[in-house]
Amino acid sequence: MKIHEYQGKELFRKYGVPTPRGVLATTPEEAEKAAVSLGTPVVVVKAQIHAGGRGKGGGVKLAKSPAEARQLASQILGMMLKTHQTGPEGQKVNKVYVEEGLPIEREFYLGMTLDRATSRLSLMASSEGGVEIEEVAAKHPEKILLESIDPVVGLADYQSRKLAFGLGLKGDSIGKFVAFARALYRCYVETDASLVEVNPLVLLEDGSVAALDAKLNFDDNALYRHKELVGYRDVAEEDPIEAQAKEFDLAYISLDGNIGCMVNGAGLAMATMDTIKLVGGQPANFLDVGGGATKEKVTEAFKLILGARAVKAVLINIFGGIMKCDVIAEGVVAAAREVKLSVPLVVRLEGTNVEQGKEILRHSGLPIIPADNLRQAAEKAVAAARGEKVS
Amino acid sequence: MSILVDQNTRVLMQGITGSAGSFHAGQMLDYGTKLVAGVTPGKGGTKFRESVPIFDTVADAVKATSANVSVVFVPPPFAGDAILEAADAGVPLVIVITEGIPVMDMVKVKRALQGRPVRLVGPNCPGVITPGAKCKIGIMPGHIHRPGRIGVVSRSGTLTYEAVFQVTQLGLGQSTAVGIGGDPVNGTDFVDCLKLFNADPETDAVIMIGEIGGSAEETAAQYIGKEFRKPIAGFIAGVSAPPGKRMGHAGAIIAGGKGTAAEKIRAMEAAGVLMAPSPAELGTTLQAALQRGRTR
Repeated sequence: MKIHEYQGKELFRKYGVPTPRGVLATTPEEAEKAAVSLGTPVVVVKAQIHAGGRGKGGGVKLAKSPAEARQLASQILGMMLKTHQTGPEGQKVNKVYVEEGLPIEREFYLGMTLDRATSRLSLMASSEGGVEIEEVAAKHPEKILLESIDPVVGLADYQSRKLAFGLGLKGDSIGKFVAFARALYRCYVETDASLVEVNPLVLLEDGSVAALDAKLNFDDNALYRHKELVGYRDVAEEDPIEAQAKEFDLAYISLDGNIGCMVNGAGLAMATMDTIKLVGGQPANFLDVGGGATKEKVTEAFKLILGARAVKAVLINIFGGIMKCDVIAEGVVAAAREVKLSVPLVVRLEGTNVEQGKEILRHSGLPIIPADNLRQAAEKAVAAARGEKVS
Repeated sequence: MSILVDQNTRVLMQGITGSAGSFHAGQMLDYGTKLVAGVTPGKGGTKFRESVPIFDTVADAVKATSANVSVVFVPPPFAGDAILEAADAGVPLVIVITEGIPVMDMVKVKRALQGRPVRLVGPNCPGVITPGAKCKIGIMPGHIHRPGRIGVVSRSGTLTYEAVFQVTQLGLGQSTAVGIGGDPVNGTDFVDCLKLFNADPETDAVIMIGEIGGSAEETAAQYIGKEFRKPIAGFIAGVSAPPGKRMGHAGAIIAGGKGTAAEKIRAMEAAGVLMAPSPAELGTTLQAALQRGRTR
């Protein structure tokens, strides 16, 4: 799960991670009031969307007066903000965060995430703050400092000190950085985060440090033990079909193509998308109905796929293991009737009870296009999506 | 011979009274697996199908039945604890089927297992099967397997079935098929399995199936290039996956430009793995690899 910057900073404050003062606003008037209440000569008006790269996209602006804050907020609120993470249509801005302007001396990057190679968390710091960290990693890997954290001990102060010296911090700032990292680690572990990024982490003129940005992602599998985080979910930021899929416990990702896919198992679902592409088509989605899909789940999955307007053909690829092909076939037939199927449907069934499954499809009276293997299924779906006659 | 499990394998199931556990316990028994015990705290003294004794603790189960593998079907919030209990009871192999265990739980569990004489397979995996020993531990459909000499190792469940099925259709069979799981923190990895297959006299060739995310395939490629001596075919799922989107498996995500299918395919090809152009050609690619042989 992703959250907004202002929510991340709320969590940061709870854990003692130093953060500038800020106020959330949903109207230009509120933004002006926020600037007055902050009382600093400069405030920053920041669009609140989940995607990164907001500054480059024109979603972060400096205001030198409350009136200017109001005027900037009126430009940003309601705009379709385009960044490298939003897709070409952009993401609508519904909220801005008005934050005090601070006297910044230097900018750094600080991030924490799982290192899969060691199965441990690692803390990363870089002197190249405020820019794309992926770019730094690619061009100047030596500028990224890493500390691997033993889960038994937790982040040790000496590790943070090493990073602080590596970043060139001096005097009191070193102790402040160590305290910052300690609080950040506690925040990560106690909220079951999957990524925490502070970009930039700033050194102020008075030698203190603060989180100018806050990006937090959480482990969906651990949300059950974090009731305090559930309220942070913002459905407006999610793809509507993906949000709907979550309700039915289906793994669904929207893509740009026109061939809807329904597959059991994540690996096979990816492999099906790959095969569609290999034979010249474009998948409209990734959809894993899971290993124990019921007739009801298949029906819901079907509705989701057809809910995407671009879909010109549907490909169902099921390898029945524990899930039996006849059960799937019944689900497909029921769903196709219920949603009044209007696009060609290619079905490839294999595995447990495959003959009974194929029998059910044949006798359904529905114009289902059967396929014997994955490649043939993909070829038929691609041809059907182009409007060719396929049987 | 085979890897990990054979005719001497005696299995206990943690979580045998749950709905998934009891269903698969039945499937495993029907296949011929020596399922000798179940563990559900508080249900000790009862039986599964009137033949498999259930115990309160893993230690009790091991003491009474000499079980040497535990398969875990415990729900995600309690699965980490179940793994630790199995390790503490001295079970040398723990296979975790459970999907959705919090990552931080697994980080701690893996650290706790470090240096102990226990092998973890999974979590979030279909399990391990050796058809020749009638030993099926996990959720894979037994009937698509045939005893044979092909090793299969995979991060994905249903894609493993696809590979197994194609191998069986070609008239070949499997020595052992291992699902290592799709989570970012897991136990046994590709290299561990490949080393075992390399040393197994009854495995002639291997199919390795990876997917996007992480760098396990690149690490495996390094090992294959240096030491693996048998013909090997491979496939990577997720060539068409866009960056930043998690493809179902918690581990299947391209992040920061790393973990792409293209990189993995390049590394595996360079190591001498014959790559299947599509998942429909897993079996035929393996055949080609067998014909080509390997001279390393």
